[in-house]
Amino acid sequence: MEGFTAIYIFMLAAFTGYEVISRVPVILHTPLMSGSNFVHGVVLVGAMVVLGHADPESPLQLAIGFVAVFLGAANAAGGYVVTERMLAMFNKSGNKGSKKEGAQ
Amino acid sequence: MTAKWFIDASYFAVAVVFILALKAMSSPVTARRGIVWGGIAMVAATLVTFATPGLQNFGWMILAIVSGAAVAWWSGKTVKMTDMPQMVAIYNGMGGGAAAAIAALEFARGEVHGTVVATLAVLGALIGSVAFSGSCIAFAKLQGIMKKAWRLPAQNAVNVALALVTIGLGVAIIAADTINPQLVIAFFVLALILGAILTSPIGGADMPVVISLLNAFTGLAVGFEGYVLGNPALIVAGIVVGASGTLLTQLMAKAMNRPISNVLFTPISGAASGGGEGIEGTMKEFSALDAASVMRYASKVIIVPGYGMAVAGAQHKVWEMAQLLEEGGVEVVFAIHPVAGRMPGHMNVLLAEAGVPYDKIFDLEEINADFPQAEVALVIGANDVVNPVARTDKSSPIYGMPILNVDMAQNVIVVKRGKGAGYSGIENALFYKDNCRMLYGSAQQAIAEVITHVKALEV
Repeated sequence: MEGFTAIYIFMLAAFTGYEVISRVPVILHTPLMSGSNFVHGVVLVGAMVVLGHADPESPLQLAIGFVAVFLGAANAAGGYVVTERMLAMFNKSGNKGSKKEGAQ
Repeated sequence: MTAKWFIDASYFAVAVVFILALKAMSSPVTARRGIVWGGIAMVAATLVTFATPGLQNFGWMILAIVSGAAVAWWSGKTVKMTDMPQMVAIYNGMGGGAAAAIAALEFARGEVHGTVVATLAVLGALIGSVAFSGSCIAFAKLQGIMKKAWRLPAQNAVNVALALVTIGLGVAIIAADTINPQLVIAFFVLALILGAILTSPIGGADMPVVISLLNAFTGLAVGFEGYVLGNPALIVAGIVVGASGTLLTQLMAKAMNRPISNVLFTPISGAASGGGEGIEGTMKEFSALDAASVMRYASKVIIVPGYGMAVAGAQHKVWEMAQLLEEGGVEVVFAIHPVAGRMPGHMNVLLAEAGVPYDKIFDLEEINADFPQAEVALVIGANDVVNPVARTDKSSPIYGMPILNVDMAQNVIVVKRGKGAGYSGIENALFYKDNCRMLYGSAQQAIAEVITHVKALEV
């Protein structure tokens, strides 16, 4: 990737991140923290690529790559489940039907 | 060539969906939809990656994905809502660890070429390692595995020295023509130690801010490693999280009136606070019957839940009581301090679990002006967030932290297990005020008794 193109991507992504959550209400801080935690679970994709390029004859490379993929997958899956469970609980007055489902 | 085009286009779509998913999380109405889209995008990104040309080791890859995802899925499904903060911390640490491991493998393969790439690889490795070990410590503390907040003598000097040495090693790695394995290993070890000693002295209400900060760190680390791998999806997702996490961290620190530098370098420590000066009066006890009648005949009751309610698992009982009072014509609302619980917004999640609708839940800024109009403020297991000392006593460690102005209600009822000080160890002036009454007992049992009496009053 060209150096400057990357800097543009970094900058625009940073502004986007800042803007996207700038008006989030306090009641959603925990789910949002958890949700953004889930999003960086995309590191799994990078971990798969490096493990895929590791030398199959090198136990060290395979081990590091395995750890990377394992941790990345756990980050993504755990982040998703926990966020989804929390969000499933929010409901508005007079719609108590979803309570049971949320507790599960 | 077409495979590459297809993969790149998919990653682009995934990055867009991630941004929209985070955007959707700024309202409780759309939030759940957002996370579901995000989940679909994540699965798509994973599947598409299998098609990347030139990959091998698929057996190991699938084994790692399946085992990692299964462990996390199971633990995430079974964890109790009160233990959520430490789960968020540990999953975050895993992301940081993954980013650091990516860098480690790129070094091991000798695939890091050029100053810019090497710099970003080292930065990502440093930040990722700190996020990993820091999150592990945060998890251990919140889980109660690590009880003491131990501080080294001259902690800050040690932190700075260690950070400088680690950065020095990083610079040496970047400057070297060929990769020196000893140097790389020493660098990773020191970075991991740095994360651990930075986090170990931190406790109490500062913990959520630290978790949020580490979350932002992991995002940055992922973004930097994305550059090393030439993968824009990682760059965009990582940096978006890095930036939004930084903003979130600032919002939280502001809610407690504690600059982030204070959180890291001068942690709140209960022992250090003699505090207590100028507190006069005595604590006055109240019975569940009295509490029930005061609330039953009030027109407005504000409930202030704290961690004491959460650990007792009393949120369901509290909501049952609130509904009973509402049937009797009492207006009941919930007031939540931004750092009530063990994580900002954690209390909202716990109340939501009990079925309390979110439009009955108000945060500090929305409700503080209403306390003088309320007949009763019912404080359940909250302490520091209602301590008026934060407004009045300059020598107190929590001076300046915004609090819920519970003391301004006409009557204050505090449900509390014993007479001791709270989590931070700071004496609470509220309990000694003339308009305050103490209802001793665990939240679960005290509220159950109140419910019985409220029901009796209906007749």
